[in-house]
Amino acid sequence: MPANGAPTKITQGSQTRGGIGESTLRPDSTLKVTGEFAYSSDMWHEDMLWGQILRSTVAHAEIVSIDTSEALAMPGVHAVMTYDDLPTEVRRYGLEIQDTPVLAHGKVRHHGEPVAIVAADHPETARRAAAKIKVEYKELPVITDEASATAPDAILVHENRDDHHIGHVPHPNIVHRQPIVRGNADEAAGRADFVVRGEYSFGMQDQAFLGPESGLAVPEEDGGVHLYIATQWLHSDLRQMAPVLGLPEDKIRMTLAGVGGAFGGREDLSMQIHACLLALRTGKPVKIVYNRFESFFGHVHRHPAKLTYEHGATKDGRLTHVKCRIVLDGGAYASASPAVVGNASSLGIGPYEVDDVDIEAIALYTNNPPCGAMRGFGAVQACFAYEAQMDKLADAVGMDRVEFRQLNAMSQGTIMPTGQPVDSPAPVAELLRRVKAMPMPPERQWESSEGADVRQLPGGLSNTTHGEGVVRGVGYAVGIKNVGFSEGFDDYSTAKVRMEVLAGEPVATVHTAMAEVGQGGVTVHAQIARTELGVAQVTIHPADTQVGSAGSTSASRQTYVTGGAVKNACELVREQVLEIGRRKFGSYHPAWATAELLLEGGKVVTDGGEVLADLVDVLEDEAVEIEAEWRHRPTEPFDLRTGQGNGHVQYSFAAHRAVVEVDTELGLVKVIELACAQDVGKALNPLSVVGQIQGGTTQGLGVAVMEEIVVDPRTAKVKNPSFTDYLIPTILDTPTIPVDVLELADEHAPYGLRGIGEAPTLSSTPAVLAAIRNATGLELPRTPVRPEHLTGQA
Amino acid sequence: MRVNFTVNGRPQEADDVWEGESLLYVLRERLGLPGSKNACEQGECGSCTVRLDGVPVCSCLVAAGQVQGREVVTVEGLADYAKQRAEGGCATGACGSAGTSLDEAKGWQAKGDSQTGEGGELSPIQQAFMDAGAVQCGFCTPGLLVAADEMLERNPNPTDADIREALSGNLCRCTGYEKIMDAVRLAAARQSEGV
Repeated sequence: MPANGAPTKITQGSQTRGGIGESTLRPDSTLKVTGEFAYSSDMWHEDMLWGQILRSTVAHAEIVSIDTSEALAMPGVHAVMTYDDLPTEVRRYGLEIQDTPVLAHGKVRHHGEPVAIVAADHPETARRAAAKIKVEYKELPVITDEASATAPDAILVHENRDDHHIGHVPHPNIVHRQPIVRGNADEAAGRADFVVRGEYSFGMQDQAFLGPESGLAVPEEDGGVHLYIATQWLHSDLRQMAPVLGLPEDKIRMTLAGVGGAFGGREDLSMQIHACLLALRTGKPVKIVYNRFESFFGHVHRHPAKLTYEHGATKDGRLTHVKCRIVLDGGAYASASPAVVGNASSLGIGPYEVDDVDIEAIALYTNNPPCGAMRGFGAVQACFAYEAQMDKLADAVGMDRVEFRQLNAMSQGTIMPTGQPVDSPAPVAELLRRVKAMPMPPERQWESSEGADVRQLPGGLSNTTHGEGVVRGVGYAVGIKNVGFSEGFDDYSTAKVRMEVLAGEPVATVHTAMAEVGQGGVTVHAQIARTELGVAQVTIHPADTQVGSAGSTSASRQTYVTGGAVKNACELVREQVLEIGRRKFGSYHPAWATAELLLEGGKVVTDGGEVLADLVDVLEDEAVEIEAEWRHRPTEPFDLRTGQGNGHVQYSFAAHRAVVEVDTELGLVKVIELACAQDVGKALNPLSVVGQIQGGTTQGLGVAVMEEIVVDPRTAKVKNPSFTDYLIPTILDTPTIPVDVLELADEHAPYGLRGIGEAPTLSSTPAVLAAIRNATGLELPRTPVRPEHLTGQA
Repeated sequence: MRVNFTVNGRPQEADDVWEGESLLYVLRERLGLPGSKNACEQGECGSCTVRLDGVPVCSCLVAAGQVQGREVVTVEGLADYAKQRAEGGCATGACGSAGTSLDEAKGWQAKGDSQTGEGGELSPIQQAFMDAGAVQCGFCTPGLLVAADEMLERNPNPTDADIREALSGNLCRCTGYEKIMDAVRLAAARQSEGV
């Protein structure tokens, strides 16, 4: 309470409704519930053609010949293009390494690689025409794992590599290698009373976003093209597209169409260049929409991994050392593999305090499907393995598994294996305490007054048990994820904010190129603008390339980085608005010159709450518009030999407790509850925060018990490219997910917030696995767990 | 071929339809109703769910020719459909006592501009999805709304297990379903309290 007569000290935005910290509703949700929201696959244009991609039917082969004549002769077909029809000498693209052919030339390196493209007046005509293209392949042996990739006589997946990693990798079939060495793990191992070792494997997960890859390319009169596209980063797409199309970047206009989920699967290009090529070739708008079958070939997946760990501890439960080796299968093209290696290695021991570590991570080139970004990005695979190790080691020491983790948990001030000090809250022990303290679901929760409700039991409506053979298990896990692009990347964002009076009311417009993929960035941008500018009305301009880059909707970074850019641009606009106010009204009241001034409720007020002017009068016909870039603290690359360096911007932590019931006779698992505690720094929109945590948790559940792209090791061909055979959790597979949100501010971040999207995907999987191990007593070193692993049939 | 059918209460005629075209394709590409979604086109995800003579179906698995002379309700017509039902009309014949004839069902006509979804009020289930935070990317939303609305029509007071069973044919990749559960419970509670 202020003393009598003292001014009420208010801070910017605290009096304005709909600002940060409130669970405001999504600005796009009305359109999304009425069916009007225009996703990329909903785009339509008069006279538009349909594009279709012909993909390789084999994984590794020389292309002997391609005959397009029959396809070209079909009525309704407007164009057929192959490598030879590409307009410039730039015929490859890639996020970091330009190793991915726009259309195959001479060789295909994985099953489903684009070979030719067709435009026709009906999608079925385009499909049939593509099927009439005759491609003769001469098959080559397939490289599918580390042994075949690094064998002395191994065929090189990419001949004549000249990328910046080739100088430090031990073999040309290794994309990137990152060792991280700190202290002396061998020496420290001598102090260990207990040592546990394990070999783990992690299956290939698919992002399985529901909105298929799609877009509409419209040729423009100036010879350029306008692409309406679902992506995670418009400017990255543009940078990769322009040289292939032979157009300057300003002749390619990119507008974000509605995005039906992403989860990393839209970081790489899919049909962007193909649609533009066909539009420029035919002079007509061209729409390409993958079906689900094609989508499984049309984007990169999560790297499958083999992980080897050794952990040691003293008899009082202190970790002595960790040694690990993580082998990620990057598939045929590099995509984000180098950065995934950086994450897997630098976060490879988890959120624990260990001085002596010896870590190595590599990504392979193989003929398996290309792998790249997916939510959790390298940290997921490591977390699965190190958390299994922590359980094993706790058991060896004879300690409670949660207490053992808490004893070794990192905290603010801990030095990471990279030598980087953790300089913001790291409440690892507290998250474990919270998740453990949540009430447990009742025993025999499937019992009802009418007997067993099979819907609540393993096997569900298949009616395979009424409780016989069902055993409950409980497991815990915790993880650490970096936020933002790491290793010295210039990870900036741009925001343009405009303030003006429209229809007698001050209105702010926020324009960024941020890809809204469902995460709710647009909601948060409006909240930030309300808080910073004290207005009720905020318009979110559609995302396009008419404004500077926002960076990727990846790495849990957009609320931090583009949110930071919006906050920064709003602050600059606010200063300018106040300057106009001082010019117009400064002589009327001394507070204009002396007090800290705020914008609240459409007015200029002092920090004591005294109203000085209405924004309508300050601005009149004037609009204030500022576009500005914003950067978080810079990072450094990791040393290529030692892995030392301040590589990360921020860390994010979540812990899970899984409760499962297992039908031990049939090997069926029902996850009963998956509780999560996560530190979010500051919840800008609590409803969205919880939604992100629940969604991430469920993707972790998927890869624990059902999700895996199965690749035939003899042919490197994908065996299950459909939602019939690649299962993602349904509402029946998904348990209740109670969430405990902790808000410990990170003083380096806007509003103290912490990126949140990925952390819950990490610890979910090992918690479920731990619970299944707890129920069955089995070791279960691989994920996903299948029934045969639980019944001893595997 | 030509296909005549009723969509959201209005007669529609689609010309030059190929025999292999699905109802989903005709709705999206020939009738300008892209609200029904194309997430898998394999009948696995439920994003294309519409009601065909009152029954929820995956419109990607219905050949367009099969809907000749029949009634289709899509997400674009859901608000008016629910309003009509709340006002005591039986929108399809599927609600109320058994034996309601198809002719009676066809008496229902959409109000407002339900061809695009614009202008009208929202149905209780649509409002609940917004309020509960059940929408993220939103690609599963139209199918879930149609399926959830149909379940609440049959079962106004569902248990959690009932909701999960009824919506088990609709995949969502963003939400983990918790807020979808919240939304359906919210819509049911508002419905029972007459809110």
